[in-house]
Amino acid sequence: MVENRPFQTFLTHLILILGVAVVVFPVYVAFIASTQAPGTFLRGVIPMTPGAHMVENYSAMLGTGLRRAGAPPIAGQMFNSLVMALGITIGKIAISLLSAFAIVYFRFPFRIFFFWVIFMTLMLPVEVRIFPTYQVIVDLGMLNSYAGLTIPLIASATATFLFRQFFMTIPEELMEAARVDGAGPMKFFKDIMLPLSITNIAALFVIMFIYGWNQYLWPLLITTDTDYFTVVMGIQRMANAAETDPQWQLVMAAVVLAALPPVLVILFMQRLFVKGLTETEK
Amino acid sequence: MQTKRSTFPAGWLPYALVAPQLVITLIFFIWPAGQALVQSVQRQDPFGFRTTFVGLDNFSRLFADPLYMNALSVTFVFAVGTTLLSMSVALLFAVMVNKLIRSRDGYTTLLVWPYAVAPAIAGVLWWFIFNPTIGILPYILDMLGYDWNHRTSSTDAMILVIIAAAWKQISYNFIFFLAGLQSVPHSLIEAAAIDGASPMKRFWTIVFPLLSPITFFLMVINIVYAMFDTFGIIHATTQGGPAQATNILVFKVYMDGFIGQNIGYAAAQSVVLMAIVIVLTVIQFRYIERKVQY
Amino acid sequence: MATITMDTLEKTYPGAAEPAVKGISLDIADGELIVLVGPSGCGKSTLLRMVAGLETITSGTLRIGERVVNRLEPADRDIAMVFQNYALYPHMTVYNNLAYGLKNRRFPKAEIERRVQEAARILEIDAFLGRKPRQLSGGQRQRVAMGRAIVREPAAFLFDEPLSNLDAKLRVQMRVEIRRLQRRLRTTSLYVTHDQLEALTLADRLVVLNAGQVEQIGTPSVVYDRPETLFVATFIGSPSMNLVPTDFVRSHANGHMPPLSDRADIIGIRPDSLLLAEPPEPATPLPATLELFEPAGDVSHLYLRLETLPEPLTARVQGRPSLEEGAPLTLWVRHGEFHPFEKETGRRVE
Repeated sequence: MVENRPFQTFLTHLILILGVAVVVFPVYVAFIASTQAPGTFLRGVIPMTPGAHMVENYSAMLGTGLRRAGAPPIAGQMFNSLVMALGITIGKIAISLLSAFAIVYFRFPFRIFFFWVIFMTLMLPVEVRIFPTYQVIVDLGMLNSYAGLTIPLIASATATFLFRQFFMTIPEELMEAARVDGAGPMKFFKDIMLPLSITNIAALFVIMFIYGWNQYLWPLLITTDTDYFTVVMGIQRMANAAETDPQWQLVMAAVVLAALPPVLVILFMQRLFVKGLTETEK
Repeated sequence: MQTKRSTFPAGWLPYALVAPQLVITLIFFIWPAGQALVQSVQRQDPFGFRTTFVGLDNFSRLFADPLYMNALSVTFVFAVGTTLLSMSVALLFAVMVNKLIRSRDGYTTLLVWPYAVAPAIAGVLWWFIFNPTIGILPYILDMLGYDWNHRTSSTDAMILVIIAAAWKQISYNFIFFLAGLQSVPHSLIEAAAIDGASPMKRFWTIVFPLLSPITFFLMVINIVYAMFDTFGIIHATTQGGPAQATNILVFKVYMDGFIGQNIGYAAAQSVVLMAIVIVLTVIQFRYIERKVQY
Repeated sequence: MATITMDTLEKTYPGAAEPAVKGISLDIADGELIVLVGPSGCGKSTLLRMVAGLETITSGTLRIGERVVNRLEPADRDIAMVFQNYALYPHMTVYNNLAYGLKNRRFPKAEIERRVQEAARILEIDAFLGRKPRQLSGGQRQRVAMGRAIVREPAAFLFDEPLSNLDAKLRVQMRVEIRRLQRRLRTTSLYVTHDQLEALTLADRLVVLNAGQVEQIGTPSVVYDRPETLFVATFIGSPSMNLVPTDFVRSHANGHMPPLSDRADIIGIRPDSLLLAEPPEPATPLPATLELFEPAGDVSHLYLRLETLPEPLTARVQGRPSLEEGAPLTLWVRHGEFHPFEKETGRRVE
């Protein structure tokens, strides 16, 4: 520290506490709202202190949902979100590990071409190819299915690049030693590369889980059956319904539930999260 | 592109290893993108029975369409607003947190979690706070003499979606700014202090210029985020309204193609978006190449 | 145990204009320790890696024992290798590092246990079997790398500059240990180094390589005492051999010249061969001026200017003679210590 004046430190803390308050504010309001009694939101202003109906609201959302708005119970939607998030995460990591391994540890015709094909995925987010992708899903009969929710999203240039980058830093001699020790490519992959990649896999897991859980446009496109709704996309129906039938205490309970799992993942795995975030952008 | 110095004998195995990634990419990325290109020069009749080749007609219609031009300018205002708001707040937080030692991790934890909140959820949170009837902020604004109503006011609606989009993105920018600040050599700041520069002057003449690569990188990332990842915010809240005021490009392409079934027209919009992503990706990778050389 | 036979081995990298290894033939006897030595880029590592099976062989035949192994995977060649950076598996314990190659070959558990314990005992690493490589010092890692080779009981050991990551003191110590171990196990060994001192001290025979070709093959004493080429003459020995034009020596010899071939236009003289006093044997005088005196413990280095020659000569003498810098003196070279070379071919001529 060049300078260490008590007043400056106080000012720093003050700014940060105010900043944190602003950042936390929307979620605080949502939580407070989710504990209120029905009818609270018909007039007046949102209360700023917790109400007494937390358990009631949350269990209502988890168990029955908002029938009048055509929203099924949140529990089922959360399960769908979990399946989708885990499916995307595991799928992305698995196929990216394999393709990065092939690109780094083999020399074969069309290698560079394959690399560029994978690279192209970076330039083609769902948002720019909505309709034709939807048609492909229809043609393959993947509407309203877990396969449809996950498989099309598991191609990942980012993850492949991350693993390629990491594999390149592994000393050449490790693979040569393993070859002399009688390990074939897949044995080397399983015995040496996988254990060494654990930290990177975990960091990527955190990032990809959040990515998968927070998908919005994709489930919106390919699910029409409420049994396959995910919780993040389901929120929209309830929020819109609340404009006319202001059951905000229930909508906000759903919002808190939808945001909770990925937020918990970040809070408990902050170090891996920061690592994942900064390394995928290299 | 490099491999290892010595590699495993090739055979069929490497093909099998890249196959899953490749097949998914071809079926769900490359093929639909190609379809979008083809459809962008075609027109379908309303029942989808006949398609005719119309050349660049869809594109010329697109750029003559005042609604599309409106979406372009709305997207521009939205992206620039989100980027500026989010980055400046994040930089302020990062500089403050970087001054502290013991409480650094604690504040970091409190500031990074909004990254995990989905854009759609972020949208609904702020939509609720700004609710013109019961929202807490309109209540306060009303006391200050401002009549907030994002259902009717274009400006209010735009401010709402910018705040929601920027709020979520603060975490991301904060993490990168903090990492950047921590890599500024302390000796430089001490040298500037010995040279008599005040703390403010030290920041703007020494630290900020050293952060410029990260700032540039974050600008690109934030623009990409605001343009392509915020569909959920718009869809879950304003639905592009009022009066097209928040109708950003990705929302418009969804409405025209998916809801309006105007395939060729939407495909032309997709192609324009594709061009934008490609340009932004190239800029981003240029930057990364340069960074590697440092 | 096996012989290794190289018959005109050649390696050309794809896209390279010249081969990295140019038709090398070499017969290694069973139990012999051969050192490949040469400057960086001379092809010594490439040749070793060709024997290991880590580089493909462009042409020629390689036999380990009676088998032609050109196309075999490294694992099938019955060799073990010690790498420059040790290449220990960082996530495995020392025990598992040693056992990995045996497990892959489906050795019975008891046999693996026996061999690992035996190797650990020989190398005195029994105490570290449960540790991970990062918890070991450089010297201990080096021993583990050797242990990994020993447990396999292979036909041949391949060493790729195994000591170059160690500090000077440890390097000498490990050099002695490698030599002792190799004597004890009598395993045919091929050892690559760029350090000529390591080569001289370790080798049964050494192979001096330059630009992908063999310059000389021989025992350390033959290579040192009778270098066959100018390259070997200057590469082996430290400080390196002085080269003086024959005409210059003759013009100052006053008739004290040994019989030399007409083609010998360069004479090589080792720094140790430059004497300050006339010896009893027949010798040739060389007038010089002392430019710089450098005491180095038990010996001293003298940098000497010979009137018209552009480069100074280096002499190494015992002790610390009292000499004054700038003073003229006469050096003597025994006739038996002349190394006559032909400049054009770079070869020794008697």
